[in-house]
Amino acid sequence: MEIDLDEIIKKYKSGRREDLIPLLQEIQEVADYLSEAAIVKIGNHLGLSTTKIYGLATFYDQFRFFPTGKVHLKVCHGTSCFMTGSQSIINKLKEETGIDPGQTTRNGNFSYELVSCMGGCNSGPVISVNGEYKTHIKAEHIPDLIRKLKYIIDND
Amino acid sequence: MEDLKTFLLQKVLLYESDTLTAETEKVLQQIRREKTSIPVIYVSSGTSSIIAGSEKTFAALKTYAAENQPDTLIVKVGCTGPANFEPLVSIQMPGKNKLFFRNISEEKVEPLLNGVFHNDINDDDLVGQSGSHGFELWPGISFITDHPFFARQKRIILSNCGCYDPESIEEYIARGGYRSYVKAIRNYTFEEVCDIIEKSGLRGRSGGGYQTGVKWKQALSTSSNARYLICNAKESDPGAFADRTILESDPHRLIEGIAIASYAIGASSAIIYLRSGSDHARMRLQKAIQMAHEYGLFGHNILSSGYNLDIIIKKEPGAFVCGEETALINSLEGKRGMPQLKPPYPTTSGLSGKPTVINNVETLMNVPLIMQNGPEWFRSIGTQTSPGTKVFAVAGRGRLSGVIEVEMGTNLKTIIDDIIDGIKDGKEFKAVQLGGASGTFITSADLDTLVDFDLMREKGIGMGAGGFIIIDENTCMVDLVRYYMEFIRNESCGKCIPCREGTGRMLEILESVIRKPANEDSGTTLERFKGVMQLETISTVMKDASLCGLGQTAPNPFISALKNFRDEFEEHIFDRKCRSNVCRGLRTFSIDVEKCTGCTACAAKCPVNAIYGTRLQPFFIVEEKCTGCGVCYDICKFSAISVK
Repeated sequence: MEIDLDEIIKKYKSGRREDLIPLLQEIQEVADYLSEAAIVKIGNHLGLSTTKIYGLATFYDQFRFFPTGKVHLKVCHGTSCFMTGSQSIINKLKEETGIDPGQTTRNGNFSYELVSCMGGCNSGPVISVNGEYKTHIKAEHIPDLIRKLKYIIDND
Repeated sequence: MEDLKTFLLQKVLLYESDTLTAETEKVLQQIRREKTSIPVIYVSSGTSSIIAGSEKTFAALKTYAAENQPDTLIVKVGCTGPANFEPLVSIQMPGKNKLFFRNISEEKVEPLLNGVFHNDINDDDLVGQSGSHGFELWPGISFITDHPFFARQKRIILSNCGCYDPESIEEYIARGGYRSYVKAIRNYTFEEVCDIIEKSGLRGRSGGGYQTGVKWKQALSTSSNARYLICNAKESDPGAFADRTILESDPHRLIEGIAIASYAIGASSAIIYLRSGSDHARMRLQKAIQMAHEYGLFGHNILSSGYNLDIIIKKEPGAFVCGEETALINSLEGKRGMPQLKPPYPTTSGLSGKPTVINNVETLMNVPLIMQNGPEWFRSIGTQTSPGTKVFAVAGRGRLSGVIEVEMGTNLKTIIDDIIDGIKDGKEFKAVQLGGASGTFITSADLDTLVDFDLMREKGIGMGAGGFIIIDENTCMVDLVRYYMEFIRNESCGKCIPCREGTGRMLEILESVIRKPANEDSGTTLERFKGVMQLETISTVMKDASLCGLGQTAPNPFISALKNFRDEFEEHIFDRKCRSNVCRGLRTFSIDVEKCTGCTACAAKCPVNAIYGTRLQPFFIVEEKCTGCGVCYDICKFSAISVK
């Protein structure tokens, strides 16, 4: 899908520094990640060097520089979920997918990130698979889940 | 719709007298759905309800109603509070009290409604009934206000939560909303509003406990051509969800609070700094702001009072340190969210160098209530020095969890024993932690502490912004401290050295305490012991020398854990044991020869192939290879594997 960056940038006419974060956020929302081309374009528009923009964007957790996988998992790592065992889920995910949080597998199938609290403290550990919540997850559910998701991706 | 808007504006918001006419009250009663001729069903629809499956319940209710009782009205409301009861469904039959049912999953809908519509109520899922306006009682059903979870609470901030449709401004106005805002901008000067808030003694609920009225006056007295009000709705502590519940359940009152606060400091633009993950809350806020605009409550020359106000929502880009005021301002200015030296305080030089007041959600939720009921009313609640109530997001190992609100001066024991109903699965209580990742642990010895800013500070306990984590015997304190330290290390902005290096070193030492070394000799025990001594020094330096609150409070969990749970640390260091069997590195597994049937399930699943044996003979674990992951323990059907 081709995304028209100019359309988005046009909305931020004033071209001030304050617009930088909302602009990055909006582009990431539409394009899923911040590509090099996008960063250069924003730099031209706001009159900032790309290093400055990268310096800012890497400071914040929200921004990604690689596309997410076809399946994106969010694992709640809040205190409540931690106490019910979210750490073992993260370890298992690492084992199964071979990537760290925030990365994407080479074939572009999987990516996962840690979030601080999703609001399901009562039914933790909670994970979300492409926006759909799954509660009371245990480490031993993960291999099955990954296998199932792989099957869905392969047959898509 | 247009008629209703004019009616509400003329007869309610702009009505000269404080008491409305009987005719108006009648219409408002109808909007509040107090007198209904049709059954009304309320379904909670906050994030925690959606996780519990309330969307499916809603769909099932719709289908059932369409088939059996087509005139039924189904309304989505916010969360009421108790997360264990989600999805919470309440039903109001014409002329009767409202009934509350808990855990209504999709498949329970049909039997439930069959029962209620035919006067045959299933007691299993019933929480209670509520209502007073001369409605018919349901015989033999207790009142929801007598339910232990609600009985000990004092709900003023949460009074609207779960009662009205957060996407309807009409309902909020019918519940008395926006009247104090309109009254303030039409009848009071800036100073008068500040005075009222100062008189009420409202203190900032973000942890510091600074007088809100005083803060506002500081901003107001700084001469400037522009001022800003920022509502800090960031709340990115791990395990905090009180603000989000409020935003989702009662967005209008927050917006009214922001509007009154903006007026009090003479600001014409207000910013809501919202946590990035909460899309549901953002949508509701956006809608609420838009509806208030349509009513002419914001914008240019509001209701011909000459006052202008615009409220915008900014999404935070994800950095814990941005909860700090100066870091928050930096991030709004499009810079890295790093804190700055204070003074100057934001109230004199904040966003773009203009006076800026930053208040958190809970503080601002109090403002419309104070304006409506007067400062004396507010002072009558709570303690002498800390009037009002406090909202906590209870999570962890309590039997119940969710958002609760208690009067200041309630003791912690009441909260845990009565409201939360003790500890899950009959386990032993260990500690409670207030205030998120940098809060202190409170053991059973200190549970008689009252919720009060000053009394808690005397005991060295920070109230925090609303996190209330209950810890039971199954949680290892060393591991928990390591978890918090890992979180803070990742979130440290890196500007000042004590915090940047200190958190990293502390994490390293804590990890060495819970890790299994490749070859254990006597020297390492001493090193670990020295390491923990070192931690105490680092903590002191960080407390004294860090630039902002993040670094200054980062060692708190460690300090209080070491003070209260010293024996647990010693066990980890000297005996290499974790009494809660949480620390992976310190667990040793062994197979009971008597019980093992040789089914090979554990050997097949072991990730490091540390389990050997012959089929149908007892297996054994090679300790040197074992990483302590616990897969075999979980998978064994014969409980043949034991942990030490």
